[in-house]
Amino acid sequence: MRRIWDTPGGVHPPDNKAQSLTSGIGQLPLPEKLILPLTQHVGGAAKVCVSVGEKVLKGQKLASASASISAAIHAPSSGWITAIEERAVAHPSGMSAPCIEITCDGEDRWIECMGYPDYKQATPLQLRNLIADAGVAGLGGAGFPSAAKLDRGTHMPVDTLIINATECEPYITADDILIRERADQIIQGIEIISHLLGTPKTILIGIENNKPEAIAALNQQCQGTGIEVVSFPTKYPSGGEKQLIYILTGKEVPSGQLPADLGMVCLNSGTAFAIKRAVIDGEPLISRITTLTGEACDINRNYEILIGTPVSHLLEQNAFNPDLCSRLIMGGPMMGFSLTSSDVPLVKTSTCILAPSHTEIPDGDPAQACIRCGLCAEACPASLLPQQLYWYARADDHERLQAHNLFDCIECGACSYVCPSNIPLVQYYRSSKGDIVNARTAKATAAVARERFEFRQVRLEKADTVRETKREARRLATEQAKITSPTTTQSSGSSAADIIKAAQLRGSTRQASPEQQKAKLERTLMAAEMRLKEAQQRLLQATTNGSADQQTQQLASVEAAKRKVEQTAQRLTEVSH
Amino acid sequence: MAFKQVSSPHSHARQSTGQIMQLVLLATLPGLLVLSYQFGWGLLINILIATISAISAEALILKLRNRPIEFYLRDYSAVVTAVLLGLALPPLAPWWLVVVATVFSIVIAKQLYGGLGSNPFNPAMVGYVVALISFPIEMTTWVTPVSLLAADVSHPGLLESLAIVFAGNSPVDGVTGATPLDLFKHSDGLLVEQIYQNNSLFSAASFAGVGWEWANVAFLVGGLALLKARIFTWHAPMAMLGTLALMSMLFWDGGSSNSPGSPLMHLFSGASMLGAFFIVTDPVSSAVSNRGRLIYGALIGLLVYVIRAWGSYPDAVAFAVLLGNFAAPFIDNYTVPRTYGHGQSRRATDKETSE
Repeated sequence: MRRIWDTPGGVHPPDNKAQSLTSGIGQLPLPEKLILPLTQHVGGAAKVCVSVGEKVLKGQKLASASASISAAIHAPSSGWITAIEERAVAHPSGMSAPCIEITCDGEDRWIECMGYPDYKQATPLQLRNLIADAGVAGLGGAGFPSAAKLDRGTHMPVDTLIINATECEPYITADDILIRERADQIIQGIEIISHLLGTPKTILIGIENNKPEAIAALNQQCQGTGIEVVSFPTKYPSGGEKQLIYILTGKEVPSGQLPADLGMVCLNSGTAFAIKRAVIDGEPLISRITTLTGEACDINRNYEILIGTPVSHLLEQNAFNPDLCSRLIMGGPMMGFSLTSSDVPLVKTSTCILAPSHTEIPDGDPAQACIRCGLCAEACPASLLPQQLYWYARADDHERLQAHNLFDCIECGACSYVCPSNIPLVQYYRSSKGDIVNARTAKATAAVARERFEFRQVRLEKADTVRETKREARRLATEQAKITSPTTTQSSGSSAADIIKAAQLRGSTRQASPEQQKAKLERTLMAAEMRLKEAQQRLLQATTNGSADQQTQQLASVEAAKRKVEQTAQRLTEVSH
Repeated sequence: MAFKQVSSPHSHARQSTGQIMQLVLLATLPGLLVLSYQFGWGLLINILIATISAISAEALILKLRNRPIEFYLRDYSAVVTAVLLGLALPPLAPWWLVVVATVFSIVIAKQLYGGLGSNPFNPAMVGYVVALISFPIEMTTWVTPVSLLAADVSHPGLLESLAIVFAGNSPVDGVTGATPLDLFKHSDGLLVEQIYQNNSLFSAASFAGVGWEWANVAFLVGGLALLKARIFTWHAPMAMLGTLALMSMLFWDGGSSNSPGSPLMHLFSGASMLGAFFIVTDPVSSAVSNRGRLIYGALIGLLVYVIRAWGSYPDAVAFAVLLGNFAAPFIDNYTVPRTYGHGQSRRATDKETSE
């Protein structure tokens, strides 16, 4: 028996898994339209490689990975591309995002698939490319592109591969049913991953002990493979990647680092299945298992849904009663987010659609005062002090929030779950995290702006000096010319005496025509005064609605104009006397 | 169609703050019963007056603050403060003493700081200390336990008690007397053994002081029930009692005339158990982390002993708790737990940001 480490905190909500496990994986009739968001994963949006009006086959690539962390998207069924535009997508904010719409032709005709059953002959790079081409992203809910996770790059060698079959969220049974029915393919997937990673020493499947049938199926399939099935007591959130790693190995992923830094890779069991499909069958990720559950639907079960199926289609097929439904949740009751509309499509990360009745998940009571009872701190799996974070979040005390490691919060919701005062703690933390990130960005932008401004000042000063030197040089040159031109007989080699003589001469010429000089100076003065007025107006404008940069610039030109006026006025008085 | 937008988590455990407070009230029942048996109607009258004053004062302030009155009264926190205060004040104390202490607790110590959750000091203890400092005579007059009453004397009945409390009638001679801690403090120059022999408060007792020992046991029982119901953790109360026991063992001095008393007397006299399980565990004014609560509880235990042994007050739970409340934010600064993935714990005022 492998030793199991117990994580701090955790809660035991009613698991509500039985209702969706009464029947096996079901299939839905083909929807009329499929909507495929370009971002269904962590990382860059996929780049569209089809155009509106084009006919596509099932499994055909519609958009390719745009960056090293991105995932391709394929047609889940055959049909025509009828739109590439912004559509409402499943997101906590209810936002829209670019999507490809396919109108299905009903034939569901496959493109030719090139499987690679003899994967042991392939190099890790080839396998990774196969997985990347198939658009596989973490199916546990996070949606991290699998090829990127399996890219060893400069990391240390992987000695532990962990398959996450914990499924600790209440209600969700997608992994459970997939393991029960297709454990053999999951194990094949794990073997592919193991081969790709250079056969890690330890391969573990972590699963909570509330899934005895799945555990039995895995144990049967794992015999003789060296893969170890480890079951441990059910406690939410044991399925968090960091929590699972601790439970199975007793090691903690250092804050701000990745499991890879410990020589570990952690993948969901559903992802292992998708990798098997991608490599051995050559089928891209176009479907997944999604649990439909909740008392507002007559039928509760798991479906193998096509990616892009509208939630409304899934609900309609299962006698959904909107009047009974208190809210519509994508994901589980602990970390899932509410959907404002059922028109949004199911995506690669949609583990569950939960349509609870009003008695099942009633509307929350208003929040009462926090009495720092500490139930939240006892429930926190990361050993944070949620009650303190709450007070600091309300006070916008970013420094204290960070000192209390706000960013190590995994937003599992255990604190809010136990809070007797019904305070939406996680909401406070999310909002504060956003604020802190924004403040950091603003600070960084301001630093760049300041640097640029300072650099500009230095550049302007330098330019001024250069201009000044040039002017001085020109003046000297003119003087030289004046001296040399009337007395051409003299040699060009001018001595100090020559310069003095020239200056005296210039003085005498100036004295010779004071009237002319005065008139000229008066004109200059007038022009300078006008320029000053204009500059002042510009400064006024800049101070009311210009940037700091513009203001300083205008201020400088006003100063320059003023100087010019003063100088001219002074010279004028000198000449007049 | 449109659905409601709600932030996760969507599920909630069913225990509310009001329910927690009600459980705390329930857990004071054994103590209240024993105290009432030992000291008569006085404590029930105290609790009644305190509860009415507390609810009225809370409602008035909530109205002034434009807060929904019913919503906030339903958290039962004012009732808890009132009951704890009523248990701590001497039985048969004049009604105005109870009213002053309660109103001060609710208005000054709680609502002026922003109401439940925002008060830095335990409201009941603030009210108690205000009464103790302002009205020392009334506050140190206790009723004699029932078993020590002279043969021809009995505790006043309900009507008689009401007359004493509201009309200021004087109780019959022999009904009031010293508490064990009081008596011990004022028996200078005697060996512990002599004090125990000379006074029926000790000589007739099973292990600490007549009347008080069983009241303390009853509060211990109530407290353990709350501990079992996971209303609070063991850290603060156990640290307080442990420190109190440890200190009284260290300074026991073989029962000499200088000895401040035995561990059993300290643990089962005065407000030791009431304090440990119902006052020190007040989460609002205590330290927040488990480690912090250990230090906080130990500090209060230490202070209780120091004041009892070498201070001028016979009991000290209220003062010790208030001093502990003062120290709580400081303790919190150094006792932030180690977060997952961090090598060591940080300080609450840490400036360095972790990315």
